[in-house]
Amino acid sequence: MHETAFLIGQIFNGFSVASLFIMAALGLALSFGLMRVINMAHGEMLMLGGYLAYLTLLVVPGPLGILVAMPVAFIGAALLGAVLELTVIHRLSARPLDTLLATWGVSLILQQAARNLFGAIGVQVVAPSWLNHTISFSTGILSGLTLPDTRLFILAVAALILGGVALLINKTRLGLYVRAVNQDRPIAAALGVNARLIDLCVFALGTGVAGLAGVILALLGPVTPTVGQSYIVPAFLVVILGGLGSLVGTTIASIMVGLFTALIEIYVDVSVAQVLLLAFVILFIQIRPQGVIAVRSRALEG
Amino acid sequence: MLLELESACAAYGQSQVLWNVDMGVTQGDAVALIGRNGVGKTTLLNTIAGVQKLTGGRLRFGGDDLTSTPAHGRARAGIGFVPQGRHVFPHLSVMENLTVGLAALAGRKAVKESGIASHIFDLFPKLTQIRNRKAGLLSGGEQQQLAIGRALAGQPRLLLLDEPTEGIQPNVVQQIEAALRRIRTELGMTILIVEQYLDFAWSFAESYHVMQRGQIIRSGSTQTESADEISHLVNI
Repeated sequence: MHETAFLIGQIFNGFSVASLFIMAALGLALSFGLMRVINMAHGEMLMLGGYLAYLTLLVVPGPLGILVAMPVAFIGAALLGAVLELTVIHRLSARPLDTLLATWGVSLILQQAARNLFGAIGVQVVAPSWLNHTISFSTGILSGLTLPDTRLFILAVAALILGGVALLINKTRLGLYVRAVNQDRPIAAALGVNARLIDLCVFALGTGVAGLAGVILALLGPVTPTVGQSYIVPAFLVVILGGLGSLVGTTIASIMVGLFTALIEIYVDVSVAQVLLLAFVILFIQIRPQGVIAVRSRALEG
Repeated sequence: MLLELESACAAYGQSQVLWNVDMGVTQGDAVALIGRNGVGKTTLLNTIAGVQKLTGGRLRFGGDDLTSTPAHGRARAGIGFVPQGRHVFPHLSVMENLTVGLAALAGRKAVKESGIASHIFDLFPKLTQIRNRKAGLLSGGEQQQLAIGRALAGQPRLLLLDEPTEGIQPNVVQQIEAALRRIRTELGMTILIVEQYLDFAWSFAESYHVMQRGQIIRSGSTQTESADEISHLVNI
């Protein structure tokens, strides 16, 4: 296999890992930016999405099942997110540490519930045949490079979601209200914006996107009660690295973390790569504590 | 009475800032709230806008009891708010700031038009020129004009103004004062204004309330009384 082909393959892998991080971190970043809360049960939204994909495929087998599973997972996770926001997070608002603890508890409850319902081993979601191809190169410097369709699919879904959320935030009235509440909650409320409802919508949107990410995860490996855990830690890293709540920052940070992991794995094994990733994040935050994108303007200084 | 406060109390944690304030604003009037720094003028305005909670007493607006109505509900009932320090949304453009003001129109029946009324740009022509600039980059005077325009976008029945000329360069102060007079005469707006300058308060408002230590200690008419009579309550 040609060296260039290998490198390009790793970069491609980096981007597809980054896509998963974006989808997992988007909700965390949005709700942290708006409400300053960290939802420890966010990973379980991924898990829920995975199990919903599994269940949907039992009901709707066949090649298009996965396309049905995606809206089902989105709506299911968004609904659970809305319930979580209404029953736990809103009641603990302005108490970040309590929220952290309470949502961690919710996370454990959801994991155990999944274990009771589906077993600890995990269930398998089989990718439809139209995602079973790979694009392979056999000549030239790209000889030996293979790009699996599932990974291309992940990239496309992440790009669509990111584009959709960016449009929603930047071009719609709802998005304008989200940005207004983000910048000055009491004044936005005094101008007639129902900030409570905005919180609820954004939180549900974020968990819904995590549910979608869960469907994608199900295509890559078995869905287990703890499947969310392995993605939530890098997602937290991404949110911190990105600048706590910035959409652009989250995207850039996802790509940074994805590429860093993929490229470092050329030289070292997976666990050392994890250590180096953490070292990289610590170093980066030391140099640039505000993250990739800092929120700053004349009116905010002073 | 368009607005009625009945023994209103407010506190920051353990320290009480407003003590049983009774106050009313009649439809069509302009009322000036005056007093030294730190006597509770801003707190009083904030409690009317719903930014600060009432810890006691009642608030009625247009005949409805809004005591426990949250801030967005009060805005939708027709209370427009121009806060102290302007508080424009720094990362939103001028147009976007004005559009947020339209949120107060949600669920309202007597709304003339759903867009940003043209008289706002007529009052503040500068806003047209800078419509696409980020509000955080504007000068103080421009931000103040934007904050007033943003409150007007919600077509309020009562406009709360908290020191609209504070910290603004003198020639812009005159523009803003002229615009406020036009808001009164042309739009017939009912206004409650916190104002440090007695001269402007006297020429602008029909009546006044003087605050001291969280209470209204004197009220009266600017038409029949002279500003000199109360200047000792305001000046240091």
